[in-house]
Amino acid sequence: MARINLKDIRHAYMDNPTSDDDYALKRVDHVFEDGGAYALLGPSGCGKTTLLNIISGLLRPSEGAIHFGTVDVTDLPTEARNIAQVFQFPVVYDTMTVYDNLAFPLRNRGVAEDVVDRRVREIIGMIGLEDRARRKAQGLTADEKQKISLGRGLARADVNAILFDEPLTVIDPHMKWALRTQLKELHRRFGHTMVYVTHDQTEALTFADTVVVMYEGEIVQIGTPEELFERPRHTFVGYFIGSPGMNLLPAAMDGGIVRIGGQSFALPGMPQRLSAKRIELGIRPEFVRLGREGMPVSIAKVEDVGRKKIVHADLEGETIAVVIDEDSEVPAEPCVAFDPAHLNLYADSWRVEPEGRP
Amino acid sequence: MNKTPNNKAWFMVLPVLALVAFSAVIPLMTVVNYSMQDTFGNNVFFWAGTEWFQEILHSNRFWAAMGRNLAFSAIILCIEVSLGIFIALNMPRKGWGVPVCLVLMALPLLIPFNVVGTIWQVFGRIDIGLLGRTLAELGIAYNYVNNPVHAWITIILMDVWHWTSLVVLLCYAGLVSIPDAYYQAAKIDGASRWAVFRYIQLPKMHRVLLIAILLRFMDSFMIYTEPFVLTGGGPGNTTTFMSIDLVKLAIGEFNLGEAAAMSIVYFLIILLMSWVFYTVMTNYGTEKR
Repeated sequence: MARINLKDIRHAYMDNPTSDDDYALKRVDHVFEDGGAYALLGPSGCGKTTLLNIISGLLRPSEGAIHFGTVDVTDLPTEARNIAQVFQFPVVYDTMTVYDNLAFPLRNRGVAEDVVDRRVREIIGMIGLEDRARRKAQGLTADEKQKISLGRGLARADVNAILFDEPLTVIDPHMKWALRTQLKELHRRFGHTMVYVTHDQTEALTFADTVVVMYEGEIVQIGTPEELFERPRHTFVGYFIGSPGMNLLPAAMDGGIVRIGGQSFALPGMPQRLSAKRIELGIRPEFVRLGREGMPVSIAKVEDVGRKKIVHADLEGETIAVVIDEDSEVPAEPCVAFDPAHLNLYADSWRVEPEGRP
Repeated sequence: MNKTPNNKAWFMVLPVLALVAFSAVIPLMTVVNYSMQDTFGNNVFFWAGTEWFQEILHSNRFWAAMGRNLAFSAIILCIEVSLGIFIALNMPRKGWGVPVCLVLMALPLLIPFNVVGTIWQVFGRIDIGLLGRTLAELGIAYNYVNNPVHAWITIILMDVWHWTSLVVLLCYAGLVSIPDAYYQAAKIDGASRWAVFRYIQLPKMHRVLLIAILLRFMDSFMIYTEPFVLTGGGPGNTTTFMSIDLVKLAIGEFNLGEAAAMSIVYFLIILLMSWVFYTVMTNYGTEKR
């Protein structure tokens, strides 16, 4: 086990990248601490799989270095890095039994057969496939195959990190929960460094202690699920995380006062002036109050999503989403008010950090 | 809904029935008919029962030809399957090399049997052929006309040259269908090149290999044109395969009854062998659940 240190990594799939846009991965400088559970969250094509493949050694970064602990592994091939990876589609060796599948990485490394046997028996119990040990891997279900793939990673005791590339994509919904819980459990018991790539915010937020949000080849925010929810550093994080995402309203800034239409807000710790092309005010639908006071809105539609209702309203030409309890009624002349503690200001998509406040 | 029950639907299958009757059933039955009778010409036939079959099964000539067939199929299957897999493994997976390789591979398949025979017949001639002449100059006494081993080598070379491509193309199709993740997982598991072949590539090629082996077996077991063009079955009888023998019997000696019996036995052997191959290969690697 080791801490993974990415030093100024950049990667382009073409030979001579010139502009920033040519890079699939733009300057990543980050440390995955030993024993941490991390999620790399982002939409398709944001570079998260590229980053994962750089860690596993399937790709060599165009620039930068990668260290496992104190060792520079930038030029080491995958097999020498001693990592495990679980892929989107379960990879099992069809013609081998479940037992042999799990023994495969150990036997390839010349581990003595009695050690292999002890280890495989242990792992097979851990992933709950004891009754299938002697069966061919071919006919198993997707979630069983994915467990084998994970088991092959766990089989090596000294593995540096376990990487997951959207491992639950082909798993049935009712098995997803079970597998995810099992994964958390394994992490608690063994303390492997785990990096989990996904585009599903629920998976990321429930699995990881630290979520790394990526967007267009960059890391836009690293934080706990709570931080991502309360203080998104980038408008992308705002609307990617949360359901529905954060409301972003075009605003004007004048002398420390933020204006939306006729309404003005005094935000503490804001600079007097911002030299940005686009200024936006962000507020989560959970922190918008719908009532008889505030800014008048017209209701476009109301969605009932079980214990909550999502109200889509029109505020001076901008759509705004509001979350209300299922038994609240929409007033006849509705108005919205914002909770000032949960307002975030964005200049050219990046959060303006208030002075003297986190 | 009320439907009048009638059997008019049978008329729909009539065209197919007629087609199959004329293309397969009637000719086959004619052969069965011949195999049970004897004739001395003038369209006069006598009932012979199973005599022809007994004669065939007790004739050394038949068993010798069959032995040659089996040996030939075994040799070319061994060479073509292993060579085909080897070439497929080494073909490029992307880039400009792919279409070039595919076209080069497909070329031999487009050439008719008798042309292949003629090409090699000329190629191997010791007076004017490039191969035969070159070998002669190098001091190797190669001559397919009077040396059975040389004739065999030439026919095997012909077949390998002509048909390895088929195995290559089928294997290649199987190989390109393997997702990258498998190779990546194998790297992570520290698998050797051999292990990758044995546990990833071979299992994925298993189905197409079955088709390749079946096709090549059936085709090679029916070999006729190449030895016919090369030496006409010689030197002596050393390259007289069952099909050549059959033609000699039926047309050369006009022995219709014996030839018909032989073709039926020949047909049953191919059917049996194909069934055995198919059963063995489809059951390989799967276990009862």
